Amino acid sequence: MSLDFDVPSFEILRNKNKCIQCKVCIRQCANMVHFYDKDDNIVCSNNVYCVNCHRCVTLCPTKALIVRKYPLEFRENANWNGAAIREIYKQAKSGGVLLSSMGTTKAFPIYWDKMLLNASQVTNPSIDPLREPMETKVLIGRKPNVIPFDDNDELKTTMPPQIELNIPIMFAGMSYGSISKNAHESLARAATELGTCYNTGEGGLHKDFYKYGNNTIVQVASGRFGVHKDYLNAGVGIEIKIGQGAKPGIGGHLPGKKVGEDVSLTRMIPIGSDAISPAPHHDIYSIEDLRQLIFSLKETTEYRKPIFVKIAAVHNAAAIASGIARAGADAIVIDGFRGGTGAAPTRIRDNVGIPIELALASIDQRLHEEGIRNCVSLIISGSIRNSSDIVKAIALGADAVYIGSAALIALGCHMCHSCSTGKCNWGIATQDPSLVKRLNPDIMYKRLINLITAWNHEIQEMLGGMGINAIDSLKGNRLMLRGIGLNEKELHILGIKHAGE
Amino acid sequence: MKRIYAFEERCLGCKLCEVYCKTAHSKSKNIIKANKYENIESAIFIEEVIEKKSIVYFALQCRHCKNPKCVKACISGAMYKGEDGIVRNNSEKCVSCLSCVLVCPFGAIKVGKDGQTISKCDLCVNYGTSLCVDHCPNDAIKLIEENDDCFTKGRL
Repeated sequence: MSLDFDVPSFEILRNKNKCIQCKVCIRQCANMVHFYDKDDNIVCSNNVYCVNCHRCVTLCPTKALIVRKYPLEFRENANWNGAAIREIYKQAKSGGVLLSSMGTTKAFPIYWDKMLLNASQVTNPSIDPLREPMETKVLIGRKPNVIPFDDNDELKTTMPPQIELNIPIMFAGMSYGSISKNAHESLARAATELGTCYNTGEGGLHKDFYKYGNNTIVQVASGRFGVHKDYLNAGVGIEIKIGQGAKPGIGGHLPGKKVGEDVSLTRMIPIGSDAISPAPHHDIYSIEDLRQLIFSLKETTEYRKPIFVKIAAVHNAAAIASGIARAGADAIVIDGFRGGTGAAPTRIRDNVGIPIELALASIDQRLHEEGIRNCVSLIISGSIRNSSDIVKAIALGADAVYIGSAALIALGCHMCHSCSTGKCNWGIATQDPSLVKRLNPDIMYKRLINLITAWNHEIQEMLGGMGINAIDSLKGNRLMLRGIGLNEKELHILGIKHAGE
Repeated sequence: MKRIYAFEERCLGCKLCEVYCKTAHSKSKNIIKANKYENIESAIFIEEVIEKKSIVYFALQCRHCKNPKCVKACISGAMYKGEDGIVRNNSEKCVSCLSCVLVCPFGAIKVGKDGQTISKCDLCVNYGTSLCVDHCPNDAIKLIEENDDCFTKGRL
């Protein structure tokens, strides 16, 4: 069929006075947007293929390029807007499920931006983190119910296994396969230097990265890719992934073309075979089943490593979290609906799940009410964009946060939402060796360190402003938060007062 | 002495180094004018080696040899090795015999578009900073001593 309703999403504007025909844009675009016209000695662009990843714009030595929204408009219609119409064109052409990458693009409320932090004035002194000690260390793991002493006043407690993090920020699970080896190396090296952890995602652990084990959380997900005894013992903790914020209730699918030799070895699947993670774990149909898996993993690791359970933030998250805590998990990871992904069905990504802020508040509250908050650490993820999001999360009750999208943005991701194509021009979400090369771990791990160090400074400033000198003193301290523009119900769920109260 | 080393594991073949080499050696020192109007050949160039599954790129430029053949072969005394170890070509003395191009074992000396001038890397000493190194987007070319850590550590 020759009739194609596809129109470009973006338009490339080339300043002819600035273009020197160096052809860098041609060589750098994996989508083959740019081409050279020998007859006219000009470089031209085919807008249809452009995904607006900014690779050409960034590398153009004379800054001759601008990418902007393609100005073609449909007749104005608040209901049938351009996006809605185009999605129908796409499905009418392909007959398939719409796929999207990264987090939802819909304008759902962002509660972080509707909460304000407190600061000390007169009656309690604020603290200057540059002059006074400030503790941002956190311990992830189950805390004992009681702290008994013997007759000589010596502490009798044996602590369950803990993971010590210098900062309350970890890198979220992104599998080798969905992201490149160089991206993984950058995350691993940055985590090691920062004294925090990165998460392998469900694609197993590449043999070159076992040396970063002290800063690795290994993941066990429904596909069980790359899971074996050495893998489970390689990291400092194990995460059972039940669900993911971007696609709650949905499994994963790594296309066979991304399963090259290395990925195949790491995942323990044949080269070129699709890696399909089922939607459920086929051995978990209840909290009791989950308990069995948790304890199988604890047995395998001789009870030396905390077991995390990761779920997507869904309607009954609080009750589910309570079940997970009782099932014996040492930490619960909750992934909010704005979380990113390599690929998810668009309808799922944009319509399933609940905001992480509300899920966190209700889970923390529920665990407190049931007297089991100490049994688990709470780690949250799903679009943590900056240090103040983290401070607010901790004040709502989180122990630590995972960052995924933010870490990738530090590595060069420009949020073009094209991960699933495998043609990531920044060398992140691709397995093409010529593209993977573009991400130089020597440069990129430093950028990650810079980002987290900067955030840590900001966290310390905010803590100091509140007159708090340790992150543990802020945990669950909701009096440090005030809502702005929130209704009674929202304030009630978040457990905070309105500004001015 | 410091030399420019290229690391093909990192080279993307974008050829930005060539653009900046031309700029550094132009009269205008203006990136647009140098590349559009000035007839300069880059002294660093990206070689493409097509292999079975991929293309290997690496940047090639003058190695500033200890006993440079180009200096020996030069019939007019234009090519010389300075006390700083850098091999340079004095264009005023050059008679365009192109003997240096012929003898260079690396093929690192290029003939300009006019067929008369030659271009070779002078490490941008007069420019102050090696523009190709500064602008490589992937740290694939570095100005380093031959005993630099990155050769021994195995990590670039």
